[in-house]
Amino acid sequence: MPNYRIHKTEYIDETKRVSFKYDGKTYFGYEGDTLASALLANGIHLVGRSFKYHRPRGIVSCGAEEPNAICQIGSKKDLTEPNVRATELELYEGLEASSQNCWPNVKFDIGGINNFISPLIPAGFYYKTFMWPKSFWKKVYEPLIRLSAGLGKSPTEPDPDIYDHKYVHYDVLVIGGGVSGIIAAKMAAKNNLKTLLVDDKKILGGSTIYQNNESIKIDDKLSSEWLKNEIQEIKKLSKLTIKTRTSIAAYHGYNFLLAKENLTDHLPEEKKENKIRQRLWKIRAKKVVIATGSIERPLVFNNNDRPGILLSNSINKYLDYYGVTCGENIILFTNNDSAYETSISLHKKGIKNIIVDLRKSASSELIKQAESLGVKIYFNHVVTNTFGYRKINSLEIMKLSEDGNTTVGNKIRLSCDCLGMSGGWTPMVHMHTQSGGKLDFRDEDQVFLPKENSEDQISVGSCNGDFDLENIIDKTVNKINKFLDIDNQDYQDTNIICSKENDKRNIWLLPNKIPLGKTKCFIDFQNDSTAKDIKLALKEGFRSIEHVKRYTTTGMATDQGKLSNMHALGIIADTAGVKMGTLGTTTFRPPFTPLTFGTLVGRNVGKFFEVVRKTSMHEWHVENNAEFENVGQWKRPWYYPKNHENMHDAVQRESKAARDSAGILDASTLGKIDIQGTDASEFLNRVYTNAWSKLAIGKCRYGLMLNEDGMVYDDGVTTRISENHYLMTTTTGGAANVLSKLEDYLQTEWPELDVYLTSVTDHYSTASICGPNSKKILNKLFPNLDLSDENFPHMSFKEDKLENINCRIMRISFTGELSYEINIESKYGNSLWKMCIEAGKEFNLTPYGTETMHLLRAEKGFIIVGQDTDGTMTPSDLQMDWIVSKKKYDFIGKRSLYRSDTVREDRKQLVGLLTDDPKEILEEGAQIVSDVKSKPIDMLGHVTSSYFSPNLNKSIALAVVRSGKTMKGQKLIIPMENKNINVTVSDTIFLDKENKRLNA
Amino acid sequence: MFLINCPFCGERDQSEFSSGGEAHIVRPKQPTELSDDEWAEYLFMRKNIKGIQFERWNHVHGCRKWFNVVRDTSNDKILSVYKMGEKPPVNYK
Repeated sequence: MPNYRIHKTEYIDETKRVSFKYDGKTYFGYEGDTLASALLANGIHLVGRSFKYHRPRGIVSCGAEEPNAICQIGSKKDLTEPNVRATELELYEGLEASSQNCWPNVKFDIGGINNFISPLIPAGFYYKTFMWPKSFWKKVYEPLIRLSAGLGKSPTEPDPDIYDHKYVHYDVLVIGGGVSGIIAAKMAAKNNLKTLLVDDKKILGGSTIYQNNESIKIDDKLSSEWLKNEIQEIKKLSKLTIKTRTSIAAYHGYNFLLAKENLTDHLPEEKKENKIRQRLWKIRAKKVVIATGSIERPLVFNNNDRPGILLSNSINKYLDYYGVTCGENIILFTNNDSAYETSISLHKKGIKNIIVDLRKSASSELIKQAESLGVKIYFNHVVTNTFGYRKINSLEIMKLSEDGNTTVGNKIRLSCDCLGMSGGWTPMVHMHTQSGGKLDFRDEDQVFLPKENSEDQISVGSCNGDFDLENIIDKTVNKINKFLDIDNQDYQDTNIICSKENDKRNIWLLPNKIPLGKTKCFIDFQNDSTAKDIKLALKEGFRSIEHVKRYTTTGMATDQGKLSNMHALGIIADTAGVKMGTLGTTTFRPPFTPLTFGTLVGRNVGKFFEVVRKTSMHEWHVENNAEFENVGQWKRPWYYPKNHENMHDAVQRESKAARDSAGILDASTLGKIDIQGTDASEFLNRVYTNAWSKLAIGKCRYGLMLNEDGMVYDDGVTTRISENHYLMTTTTGGAANVLSKLEDYLQTEWPELDVYLTSVTDHYSTASICGPNSKKILNKLFPNLDLSDENFPHMSFKEDKLENINCRIMRISFTGELSYEINIESKYGNSLWKMCIEAGKEFNLTPYGTETMHLLRAEKGFIIVGQDTDGTMTPSDLQMDWIVSKKKYDFIGKRSLYRSDTVREDRKQLVGLLTDDPKEILEEGAQIVSDVKSKPIDMLGHVTSSYFSPNLNKSIALAVVRSGKTMKGQKLIIPMENKNINVTVSDTIFLDKENKRLNA
Repeated sequence: MFLINCPFCGERDQSEFSSGGEAHIVRPKQPTELSDDEWAEYLFMRKNIKGIQFERWNHVHGCRKWFNVVRDTSNDKILSVYKMGEKPPVNYK
């Protein structure tokens, strides 16, 4: 097996050999490697197939910008992860990785045929081809696209890993632990500011940490040695927290940032267990220093995507950091000085290399150094083509014309096994723009830079466009002193020597004798878009960069165009003849690198997914076999199946029992608001549609609450407990909103009212007993209480004691039966319930759930706000005009009740429906029409509640129907998928219209 | 995610608050005297400003108090907070 690890470095622990599997084959690397560096050490460049043309692709970079080396990690159904960048994944014992987007395997890929039919799949191919016939979309196109466009596989079983969230507050957050970030963090922390320094790599130091060029020195030391010293120093600072393996995902307003910390992804399987895998940091920082650095640009020429073609600086890092050479015969193709550093490093390790430089000539310390080492340099030359299918084996270069627009002279063919490219550097302005910052364009080296730094955010180092070390350090120190308003002198006498770049030449799309249509000059490696695609989009009339991006999909892959966006912009600007600075950029959106769902969700999975509210009777319900329904956050008993009953049977039994003898409901979840104050009556007058001033103490009243637009908002019974004390009940789901709305009016519209509101929903438990035998049960529980209709009539309230515990008893009814609600302090709720059940035994007291409750109230035509109403129903629409006071001068929503729209007669109105076949149960939500023949069919309304009533032995339903009030007795049709159901409009009250049962 | 300086509790995360729309829209004292158009003006019409906007916020998961906020919607900077019933700061008019 070839070994491309050619020397030892301090970052690779050669005593710790690590075995791993790639595409099923076992390889070895060392602790300290990334998957990418270990693969390269084994001579593997080919790591995947491109998205559209399925061209062989190799590792391009050594960091987050990697477009090609994305792989699937693990093969377990619950633990596999797609789209992991091999360049960032630290190697561990037992790692299993495989290449993506190729079938049957990376070396022989059937989709590769797309490469040869590529003239047939230009930009916008999907939009153009898959448009017609319409019927083909679902059955032919979509499955086909999905099959061939696989970017890895997602896990199919729940993620067993643990994730965590953490909130932190800092005075200063420094993003990026390169030289400028380290300096900024040190200055802040030494000045006693609570500081957090985050870096996505395993160790701090950025690209300076493996810098070993003699022409770049700080205080007479190699810059890497100097920086190691600095890192040692900052580790001692008590005010500084350093988080490595932590990357900022998003920068939101008010300096609120999200960071992802990787805790176990670098550990072998057995050491990961029971540990938190990733942690999401939610950071609030008073000030943020962005020191995210820059990434090297590729160059755009024909066949610039072959395996073995990498970014020049990545070749340097693989060599000096990981001890791995990417080839033995390397060509570096550049338009700037940084490739010379790579060249010198390679030369020092004995790796033959040649430089092809776009520039006509160039002079600097680095270039002198390379020349003195005897490196062959082709100035004013351009690579025009490359060769080699699974890996580059040679290339052609040509001389550039004076203006750089064409090539001249003869082709020179050079053999090589690796090509490093450097098209300059792109400052990482993502964080700056995410925070709302604007950009400026610097023509000289064609970079977008942070425009202005605000008082709470600043960019320093190469993300601010400062590229040489002297510039970086001096400017960082000055800016941080000003930004933090401090006077740090630590770097006053720091002596920096570095090579200065004097010559620049940038050409976005390199010239070629071959017509563009016949070239493959890739811009976006991951999404396979080429210079030709961009030009085609412009030809077809696309102008906005955002449109060109979407049409060609440039920059829309998982790497979000970190390597491609600038070139796309450059080519658009050149083609359209506009200045690049005026073109703007596409929007940089979070996250900077992909986040796992696990990190976002944190601990809120399984039973922690949502807050669950249980009543104090909950245990009893569970023990007695209740099926539960979620109502808001509440768990409410839905029905109590006996002997394997289904829901229908259970509900029929429960509702019959409630009407025939007695039923009991846990009504604790209803919202309860305690209202006190001298203006409490006046307040209720203003918030309900009916009158409240005359309600006697000890009496209850049903109230309807509207929005200011006149639509029904909530309802419930309110009890006057004493002169200035009321207890309001609300719907279960509306409790919080009603309180909020009432507070709003009290605080903002009627601050003069003396009223205090307190939510007491959780303070009281409520058992509601109904049915003809309820009075007898109450009598057993409260033997001293006079339950006669004279002393305790319907809609009244009494207090009594149950074994010395105070109870509030309301005689109110939501079922139409004689009914009592017993309220007790919540801690006694379960005891109360059990005592009721015990007392009711001889009367077949039957616990019933929400479904039976809904049925019973529907028999009586009582509405449920939110089921029979939907925010567009006035009281009149509900046939509830009786509850709207004509005398009251004002209440919330009153004026809206006679807006021209609310008095329309053809509004949807609540009606009852009876099916012609009494056994037929309608579906809630079903549409209602009068005529199925004329098209389009006129939709008149829909069914809101529907049940089979065991007490009436027929199907009943409530519905909202246009002009329904006038339609009593009329025939209507409910068209269903395979039949039409005939119904007749009826009254909304189906049972006991005279309310005799209330006093039975 | 804003940091909102509740006039009663101090600086808190936005997630503790709920927004209540435009501020200083007074509920008419005599709604029944208003024409449909005048009532609609109160009920439906709201400004949607790019720039300095006066809004109501409720510290719903805190002290439950309503208060006013002056916010520049173009950059989300909160320029001032003041209690209900207080006059809006004149320098932002």
